[in-house]
Amino acid sequence: MQWETVIGLEVHVQLATKSKIFSGASTAFGAEPNSQACAVDLGMPGVLPVLNEQAVAMAVQFGLAVHAEIPEVSVFDRKNYFYPDLPKGYQTSQMYHPIVGPGEVEITLDDDTVKHVRIHHAHLEEDAGKSLHEDYHGMTGIDLNRAGTPLLEIVSEPDMRSAKEAAAYLKAIHSIVTYLGISDGNMAEGSMRCDVNVSVRPVGQAEYGTRAEIKNVNSFRFVERAIAFEVERQIELIEDGSNVVQETRLFDPERDETRSMRTKEEANDYRYFPCPDLLPVVLDQAYVDHLREALPELPADKRERFQSELGLSAYDANVLSASRSMAEFFEEVKDVCGDAKQAANWVQGEFSGALNRENLSIEQSPINARQLGELISRVMDETINGKAAKEVFQALWNNQGKSADEVIEAKGLKQVTDTGAIEAMIDEVIADSPAQVAQYCDAEPEKRGKMIGYFVGQVMKASRGTANPQQVNKLLKEKLDAKL
Amino acid sequence: MHDKTLTQLAAALQKSELSSRELTAHYLQRIEKADATLNSFISVTTEQALTQADAADQARARGKTNLLNGIPLALKDIFCTQGIKTSCGSKMLDNFVAPYNATVVEKLNEAGGITLGKTNMDEFAMGSSNENSHYGPVKNPWDLSAVPGGSSGGSAAAVAAGLTPAAFGTDTGGSIRQPASFCGITGLKPTYGRVSRYGIIAYASSLDQAGPMARTAEDCAHLLNVIAGHDARDSTSVARVVPDYAEALNAPLSGLKIGLPVEYFGDGLDPDVEKAVREAVKVYESLGASVREVSLPHTHYAIPAYYVIAPAEASSNLSRYDGVRFGHRCENPEDLIDLYKRSRDEGFGNEVKRRILIGTHTLSEGFFDAYYKKAQQVRRLIRQDFLNAFKDVDVLMGPASPTTAFELGAKKDPVSMYLQDIYTIAVNLAGIPGISVPAGFVGNRPVGLQILGTHFAEAQLLNVAHQFQQATDWHQKRPAFAEETA
Repeated sequence: MQWETVIGLEVHVQLATKSKIFSGASTAFGAEPNSQACAVDLGMPGVLPVLNEQAVAMAVQFGLAVHAEIPEVSVFDRKNYFYPDLPKGYQTSQMYHPIVGPGEVEITLDDDTVKHVRIHHAHLEEDAGKSLHEDYHGMTGIDLNRAGTPLLEIVSEPDMRSAKEAAAYLKAIHSIVTYLGISDGNMAEGSMRCDVNVSVRPVGQAEYGTRAEIKNVNSFRFVERAIAFEVERQIELIEDGSNVVQETRLFDPERDETRSMRTKEEANDYRYFPCPDLLPVVLDQAYVDHLREALPELPADKRERFQSELGLSAYDANVLSASRSMAEFFEEVKDVCGDAKQAANWVQGEFSGALNRENLSIEQSPINARQLGELISRVMDETINGKAAKEVFQALWNNQGKSADEVIEAKGLKQVTDTGAIEAMIDEVIADSPAQVAQYCDAEPEKRGKMIGYFVGQVMKASRGTANPQQVNKLLKEKLDAKL
Repeated sequence: MHDKTLTQLAAALQKSELSSRELTAHYLQRIEKADATLNSFISVTTEQALTQADAADQARARGKTNLLNGIPLALKDIFCTQGIKTSCGSKMLDNFVAPYNATVVEKLNEAGGITLGKTNMDEFAMGSSNENSHYGPVKNPWDLSAVPGGSSGGSAAAVAAGLTPAAFGTDTGGSIRQPASFCGITGLKPTYGRVSRYGIIAYASSLDQAGPMARTAEDCAHLLNVIAGHDARDSTSVARVVPDYAEALNAPLSGLKIGLPVEYFGDGLDPDVEKAVREAVKVYESLGASVREVSLPHTHYAIPAYYVIAPAEASSNLSRYDGVRFGHRCENPEDLIDLYKRSRDEGFGNEVKRRILIGTHTLSEGFFDAYYKKAQQVRRLIRQDFLNAFKDVDVLMGPASPTTAFELGAKKDPVSMYLQDIYTIAVNLAGIPGISVPAGFVGNRPVGLQILGTHFAEAQLLNVAHQFQQATDWHQKRPAFAEETA
């Protein structure tokens, strides 16, 4: 039987507010345990939550970016359950009236086709603290620094049909929230976390199969691996004549498998009801319009513009718009050198390669966009050749000069275009290589083109790479052909 | 000295006829002498009170002239007080000392008020007799065999017995007005949102409201002046101008339209209480007010709706008492579930457990629509009843409670206890203000007249109450106990 995979994602995005969603405590990552938890975060008796307006603005920005409905009124509800790192015994969330209504995200697949994934809704909620099970000799430590950190939970429709689509969706969300600057999107620090709903059904069947929810899927790679495992597990179960159970499963990246956490029967009854300590959030149209006008250009728009205005390929446009920092870097390089295609090649080639090699982000790059743009300009105006350009790039990367021109000057990499000088070097090479010259002359005319490479190499070597390769080629051919 | 009203004491301080230290020491002695019998205080903060009194005297010498400076006060043990135990009448919080002050406490401190101590109350403000306190019941100074009412029973008894000129309580379903009525004092529940709830331990967040309890409406006006107002730390507090509540006290009542809700004079009302209330209404007529009957048709749904909404909120509000971070924690828990179960079982009393169970049940999947949602719909109807009535009349009047104070231990059945709040509870559901003023006696037990106004009509209620107190002397009566312990 042919099976179809159906996937929906719940993505928790930690919003980059300075303070928590209902208190003034800091949200910075990595502080001493419980040093960033105030009376409100600790759930002390008598204290009350006050909604952080910045969190509201960020949620609305996200909604606008995914073309979602922004309801005029949204309401906070309490989700009641006992857990040691949940100080109040309830999580303040939005169950019935979320701040962001239905929307849509564009994702780009490997073959550069574009697909639309619907957003069911997105709601604001507070994060819980952390339970620390190690180092406490049979006890559990509680760190409430994270308690009350604002989260935007983005719930998709079950619109994805493969692990790759799910990963592409997650990347698209990542790219939107980082473009908006509403989250640092750092998955390693938990700023973006993902629960995956997976089911399978025979191809052609309209009803969905029974789904499993996989928790703790916290990297792009894990999303693919968790889904791959889960799909196989479910198909095997059904083909063996058994049934998929609706349950919550935990992804274990060490073993590359999912394990049952709790079944539907064991599920909590969260007893949601409107939080009486918080007023409904009422957003007037002027406020929403104001946020809409202030939205930056978003990935999908950039991708489109890179193709239509700059003439980039779909692939290049996709890669270069994937993150706001990448897109901004590329556009500055392009503005400095004046050529989008050259800029695209350099940013994706030499520059990205160097970043990856040293595991650096664009913000950490030792070379800035202006330097790279000027370097490309020097190639384009033939001040240096391509080989020298790589050397200049490396020098700038290693901080051996402030600008391309400075490095070119210091290293004497300026391209030699003086015909006389090149001819002199050619004559020398020809004189030093009688055997190769003889071979050249004896060869079939169609093979000579290839054989000329040896001479070019020798001349370039003699010029320490500075000779103009086109000129070298042309002059060599003339001189060698003269010997026939 | 303890016969005087807060307003009179303030005048005496102002004229330097006595110092705040003398005044404070006097009340501390009164507490020392009488409270072994009454049990109206959970904590008495002698040292702090005297320190505050000295500071108030010094401030006055430097020119601080505000009315409350140097006046001793008592706080229901539900207001968080930095450095002083806040138990909420519960074993659960017997060890709890808040690292912050409630906004009300902060405002009183700034005004120079002196905290004599924290008063007894029904556990987590759940009760109508003060018998649900972990610290034992409070006795009614008018009759030591009777309850003082609840849940702010300690505050009411302490004021009535002259152990403090005034006190603060909270009112979720009648917890200021009913004990004020039982103890023959004046107690005001302001409009929901008028006074910040920050730092007041929550029972039912959409109903809880703090207010003053004192000898007279005039005293209450001065106290409300200090505590009312918007608070950035309480999103449900209302940003609306706070008038000077003392200013309008003497406005004449001619032309005042009084409504008597027929539902407040029906079955279950003690005929002697009814008689006293109708006499009081006659006093108003003599002051130029007109009286008519009105109807609040959904009144009989108020108690059922309240006992869905309040326990639902309470079940969630009280989840934080889990033995993990503060409060009672059981010995040697075996595991997490054992820690939760025993800490909560040992820390909470029966009435609190009962309401947590009711609330947990009504919020459960499959019951939510039938209970919680329905109750919220009823709540809107009840509110509408009041708003409709206030189209025709200025204020509503009736009894604060169907009976006078009942005997300690008399009400064993929780539902008969719940019915005590039949005239007060709808007011909280509607969010409107209400005041109880002394209006006579049945035997030696006081009767309270309840006056209700529309949202934010506190100034009018205080004016209407004050005028009654200018024409009558019920509020000047003192229990024999106060004299015996003088």
